[in-house]
Amino acid sequence: MTRFIWPFIIFLVLATFLFVGLGLNPREVPSPLVGKPAPAFSLPQLHTPTRQFSPQDMKGKVWLLNAWASWCVACEVEHPVLMELARSKIVPIYGLDYKDKREAALAVLERRGDPYVLTVSDFSGRTGIDYGVYGVPETYVIDKQGIIRFKQIGPVTDENLREKILPLIAELEKK
Amino acid sequence: MRNFLVQFAMLSSIFITGLSYAGEARDMAKDPVLEKRMVGLAEELRCLVCQNESLASSHAELAEDLRREVRELMQKGMTDQEIKDFLVARYGDFVLYEPPLKSFTLLLWLGPFAFLIGGLILLIMKLRERQKNMVEVRLTPEAQKRAEAMLNEEEDKQA
Repeated sequence: MTRFIWPFIIFLVLATFLFVGLGLNPREVPSPLVGKPAPAFSLPQLHTPTRQFSPQDMKGKVWLLNAWASWCVACEVEHPVLMELARSKIVPIYGLDYKDKREAALAVLERRGDPYVLTVSDFSGRTGIDYGVYGVPETYVIDKQGIIRFKQIGPVTDENLREKILPLIAELEKK
Repeated sequence: MRNFLVQFAMLSSIFITGLSYAGEARDMAKDPVLEKRMVGLAEELRCLVCQNESLASSHAELAEDLRREVRELMQKGMTDQEIKDFLVARYGDFVLYEPPLKSFTLLLWLGPFAFLIGGLILLIMKLRERQKNMVEVRLTPEAQKRAEAMLNEEEDKQA
C-alpha cells in the first residue's frame, strides 16, 4: 500500500501547482515602481501643447495617471468606466497619451468623450519607459506625497475599481 | 586655370559630403561595435510584450524603443550592469532572462539540485535495501560437481 502513497502525493502536489498556474495571468508583471515616487516628467499637454504638465503639480492630491492611446483597443473597453469615474468626481484622472499621433488622439477624445482633467503627450514613449508601461491601458494610483500606490495593468473595470482602486483612494485621502 | 577650378569644386564637394557623412555617423545604429554590444545585451533581456522573445529578436514596438534606449544608455557610457539595473527598476526582474539569486528565487535556483540529491539518496537507499534482501544461494557439493563438469565440457568443445 505504502508504495502507492508517495507517487500519489507527488501527483497531487504537481496537480495543485499546475492548477494554480492556470489561474495566473502571465501578462500581469508586478511593477517594481509600486511604493516608489512617481518618475518625474514634464510633457506638453495634448490640447494645448504650449503648456506643460508635471507630476510635481499634483503634490497634495490623490490622482490617477492613465496611459492610453487612440490605437489601443482595450482602452475603448475601459473608457465608459473612466467616464463614470470622472463624473463621480472621486478622483482626478490624468491621461498619458502613449506613442500616439496628436490628431488621432484628439479625434478619439472628441468622439468618445474626454474623462481626463488633461492629457499629456508622450509620443516618443520615453515617459512610458520610465513608468514601466509595456501595454496600454495601464493606470497608476498616486498619493499625496507623489508615491505610486497601485498599478492596474490592463483595463480598469467596474470590478477592480470597486474592489481595489476606490477603497485604496478612500484610504489615501484620509492621510 | 579652368581645369583647376573644376578640380577645386570636385575636391570641395568630396570634402562637403565627407562632412555630412561624419554628421550621420553619430547615429549609433550604424556603429557596428556598439550595435553588437547592444544586441548581445538585448539577448539577455526579455521583451515584455511577447514575453517569450528576447529584446533582441522581438519586433514589438516597445522592444524597438527599448533597444533605442539601451543604445543611448551605452552611448552615455553606462555599463551593461547599469543598463540592466535601469530596466529592472522600471519593469522588475521579469526583464532578465536569468533571474537574480534572492530568497524569493531560491527554490528556482536550488530546486533542481535538491531534486537531484533527493533522487540520489532514494536510489542509494533502495539499492541497500535490495542488497539486504538478497540471499546468497549455496550449491550442494553434488550440484557443484555437476556444474564444473558441464563447464569443462563446454571448454573442451571450444578447444
